[in-house]
Amino acid sequence: MLFYGVELSSRLMLGTAQYDSPAILAESVKAAQAGVVTVSLRREAASLQTGQAFWSLIQDLNVPVLPNTAGCHSVKEAVTTAHMAREVFGTNWIKLEVIGQGDLLQPDVFGLVEATRILTEDGFNVFPYTTEDLVVAERLLKAGAEVLMPWGAPIGSGKGLNNVFGLRALRAHFPKIPMVVDAGIGKPSHATAAFELGFDAVLINTAVAKAGDPIKMATAFKLACQAGLAGFSSIPMEERDMAVPSTPTLGLASSLSESFI
Amino acid sequence: MQIIVNNEPHIVQTNTLAEIIHELGYGTARIATALNGDFVPASQRKHKIVEEGGVVEILAPMQGG
Repeated sequence: MLFYGVELSSRLMLGTAQYDSPAILAESVKAAQAGVVTVSLRREAASLQTGQAFWSLIQDLNVPVLPNTAGCHSVKEAVTTAHMAREVFGTNWIKLEVIGQGDLLQPDVFGLVEATRILTEDGFNVFPYTTEDLVVAERLLKAGAEVLMPWGAPIGSGKGLNNVFGLRALRAHFPKIPMVVDAGIGKPSHATAAFELGFDAVLINTAVAKAGDPIKMATAFKLACQAGLAGFSSIPMEERDMAVPSTPTLGLASSLSESFI
Repeated sequence: MQIIVNNEPHIVQTNTLAEIIHELGYGTARIATALNGDFVPASQRKHKIVEEGGVVEILAPMQGG
């Protein structure tokens, strides 16, 4: 699966925020064998230089970066931030967030479509953070997005896949579009479930960073993603409503005795 | 003149964005800039005049999800 022409080394995208220390962040990225790390921008005073130290750490990890426009609530803000991110991080990739509702950090899908169109025309490869809405997805693709990032649940909620039906419908409707479940994944089993629905990657941050043992959890997510991907590509059996014995009944004592009657 | 840098007032002696960044002590830091809400590429900073009350944003890499 190619994401804007790039084959990732793994289907686990890992956020870099909220870790207790830079060392734990670095070890978590390594343990997860993340194929991408997400990064952002912030105001920096000349005297602090914390951003420069963070950037050195990320470069040392040697993992592709996906900058985001987190915290942007308008098309104008998101577009300006994307341009700033492109210059700082040296990539055309942008995880586009245009937030429309503060409590749920729900995407402003109207602004998202408009910002996707503008940024695509400006040469960006847009990864739009969206809902599972089919019509919005259609508009995003028409606006130039070649990847979709539907939410599993609100950012940081850890609720997992909140609308499995909607995600399944989205996957079925656009079978060839690379899709990443972004946001809401709280446990490794949620990541496995996303792959079992046919999604191509997951993006996780809080679930690892805020785990009691982030490095161990990063390993757990790595394994969960691998299991889900392998399970889906192995073509799982179909569910049935009634029991079907898995052990052959031919030759059982009861059937033998019946044959003598 | 007084300008706003990252939401705080600053008095600066210079007036191009490149000179202001240097005056504020950013040196060769990996940063991106915007003036009055519009992105200003590094190559354009020396041509971009900041006027009294101008709003400058100076952003650097940070952790993100």
